[in-house]
Amino acid sequence: MKAHKPLFSQIPKSPTIDKVGVEERVSRFQTRSIKGTAKMQGLSMVLSMIDLTTLEGKDTPNKVRQMCYKAQHLHDFQDGLPTVAAVCVYPTMVSIAKDALKDSSIKIASVSTAFPSGQSTFDVKKSDTQFALDAGADEIDMVISRGKFLSGEYNFVFDEIAAIKEICGQKRLKVILETGELANLDQVRRASDIAIHAGADFIKTSTGKIQPAATMQVTYTMLMAIKDHYDRTGIMVGMKPAGGISTSKLALHNLVMVKEILGEAWLTNEWFRFGASSLANDVLMQYMKQVTGKYQSADYFTID
Amino acid sequence: MTDSNNTWEYAPSLEGTSHIQLKEKYDLFIDGKWIKPSNNRYFDTINPATEEKLAEIAWATEDDVDLAVMAARKAYVEVWSVMKASERAKYIFRIARLMQEHAKELALIETLDGGKPIRESRDIDVPLACNHFFYYAGWADKLQDAFPQRNIQSLGVAGQIIPWNFPLLMAAWKIAPALAAGNTVVLKPAESTSLTALKLAEIIEASGLPAGVVNIVTGNGDTGAAIVNHPDVDKIAFTGSTAVGKLIQRAVAGTAKKVSLELGGKSANIVLEDAPIDQAVEGIVNGIFFNQGHVCCAGSRLYVQESIAEEVVRKLKQRMGSLYVGNPLDKNTDIGAINSKEQLNTIEKYINIGINEGSDLFQVECDLPSKGFYCRPTIFTNVAQSSVIAQEEIFGPVLTIQTFRTIDEVIQKANNSPYGLAAGVWTDKGSRIFNLTSKLRAGVIWSNTYNKFDPASPFGGYKESGFGREGGLHGLEAYLK
Repeated sequence: MKAHKPLFSQIPKSPTIDKVGVEERVSRFQTRSIKGTAKMQGLSMVLSMIDLTTLEGKDTPNKVRQMCYKAQHLHDFQDGLPTVAAVCVYPTMVSIAKDALKDSSIKIASVSTAFPSGQSTFDVKKSDTQFALDAGADEIDMVISRGKFLSGEYNFVFDEIAAIKEICGQKRLKVILETGELANLDQVRRASDIAIHAGADFIKTSTGKIQPAATMQVTYTMLMAIKDHYDRTGIMVGMKPAGGISTSKLALHNLVMVKEILGEAWLTNEWFRFGASSLANDVLMQYMKQVTGKYQSADYFTID
Repeated sequence: MTDSNNTWEYAPSLEGTSHIQLKEKYDLFIDGKWIKPSNNRYFDTINPATEEKLAEIAWATEDDVDLAVMAARKAYVEVWSVMKASERAKYIFRIARLMQEHAKELALIETLDGGKPIRESRDIDVPLACNHFFYYAGWADKLQDAFPQRNIQSLGVAGQIIPWNFPLLMAAWKIAPALAAGNTVVLKPAESTSLTALKLAEIIEASGLPAGVVNIVTGNGDTGAAIVNHPDVDKIAFTGSTAVGKLIQRAVAGTAKKVSLELGGKSANIVLEDAPIDQAVEGIVNGIFFNQGHVCCAGSRLYVQESIAEEVVRKLKQRMGSLYVGNPLDKNTDIGAINSKEQLNTIEKYINIGINEGSDLFQVECDLPSKGFYCRPTIFTNVAQSSVIAQEEIFGPVLTIQTFRTIDEVIQKANNSPYGLAAGVWTDKGSRIFNLTSKLRAGVIWSNTYNKFDPASPFGGYKESGFGREGGLHGLEAYLK
């Protein structure tokens, strides 16, 4: 853990990003061929890295309980499948999830800080976070103040993250940049550097409420920020692309990217997560295709 | 939970070879027919990745070349030069379409015969080659629009000699504009990589192109010399080494032959301190390791501004660690086999020169296949402008890195070379791009990218890198009076 209180002035100058170059680089990850055992291993890894998510105005305790059951029983017809890494819910649903998952090692992540817009007072954001932690959340997914960021108040954004991390203590903090609102990759890189230096344990692309969300270009840019930080300090930071990753193929491409940029050490759910609601079943369908040789209809995979 | 000690390796993903059929012996394609060489001699072509023999290739003699030129002349006079331009366009278009239909085969043969990764032949060589035919098909009946106020006249018979680094693509660069401008062709592929040109001959045969319009004669340097020295050839187009280019220029001096030469290079890739560094590192990798560095415009001289040199070199070394070197047929391979034993020897000779000159060598540690010709991606730091490895073309995956302090200094150093084929400039600032590109003496200059090709874009060099342009309208003009 970090020994000193982070300082805004310590953030290094963010490098410039050339979007065309990023697109070209990213397209190369998509031409890696993942087959056979590599594919099985990759799919299994994807499942184990999912933060199974429900973040809707219409969420109810029953919906959350059902999702928590699914999180533990992805596809009981097949032995040897992992469970997902965590479930991700609103603060008010944390206690429900806690109860539903009491017999499992699945973590409970809670969004906070007036998710998804972050448009509230600092006090509300802090108490929102404290409420989730008190209810038993293992991980906090906070949002940054994009309005402040875009008006150049980087200090404000930095201080907010640092303060929330202080509340979290040893609990892991994921910082959502909402890259769909940051306009360009230079800004994504800048926001990543601010979040990392303010104490983020994970940086996360999106809330899932804004499009575009976790494009490979954005994830690539954030991974490079993590890499530069690691090369400079030796401190690992996790990555969570969220929103828009609903197919096995795209998930595997993301793993290829992590492997080739950050290395195998990041290929575990301690350092890499997918924020997704519908990805799991697509992965299961592909997984079972590998096992049985037959591609079964979606009706043979439970939705909750 | 995943085990953090686990490694995730990509399983080998080999391109199948069952969808192609190579003949045991390839004859010469002259006057629309497959003809045995007059001395009945053949030579072997091998797969440089395995050293296995792929087929036997006819060795064309002077008599065979004469036959080919006569066929081309006859086709020029009787058919091609008098055909309506819009009809010529249809033939060129048809060849492009047929090449697309056979894209998978062409890519595989290119990889087998030349050693380049299947990803590159599939995604770059073959699609670009098709696009050249499509592009020039479009111009064939618009020559008057392309060159207004000019009396458009074709040249006649074009003799074309191409290298082994992009066999099919170079054939397309040469044949497509020549045909579009109304000329007929005698083309000689490189000795070690004749197969895709011969496959192209089969495609041309299937396209119904009138006999003699395109003739493909295979062989070695003697065959090439016979084309260059043939009195009835009106134009010589050559891509290859500067040494051979000079021989050709001497041979055609005093004749009426038109010449275009696309020769060697030692191109500067320049990274300024405000560059997008991660993308620049990609550009450096692409600039020097694309096609095993067998690229005449390879960015083989890297100049990095001193303030960021350490970071760039560190990132470059890391990035090189994620390159896959090995079997070119594996879809995950980034760097395949060196084209021939001779070329591998040349590259190794230069690597030793670099070590003896006192430059610092860095090579990726990776297993190389036990058979075949392979070279690890290599960079040299601590290189001076006067080092041999920074002056001479190596034509392999070997990069020299020098630092500079000011922009004026780097312009001077970049231009301080007998070559002038290409250059790359990496900066976030538009004004710097324009400043540098107007002062660098090179035929092609890329900004914030490298090794990008397009049929519409002219390509060619300054100084010892040759003269004349290929691609775009410039490429068409090279085949007109």
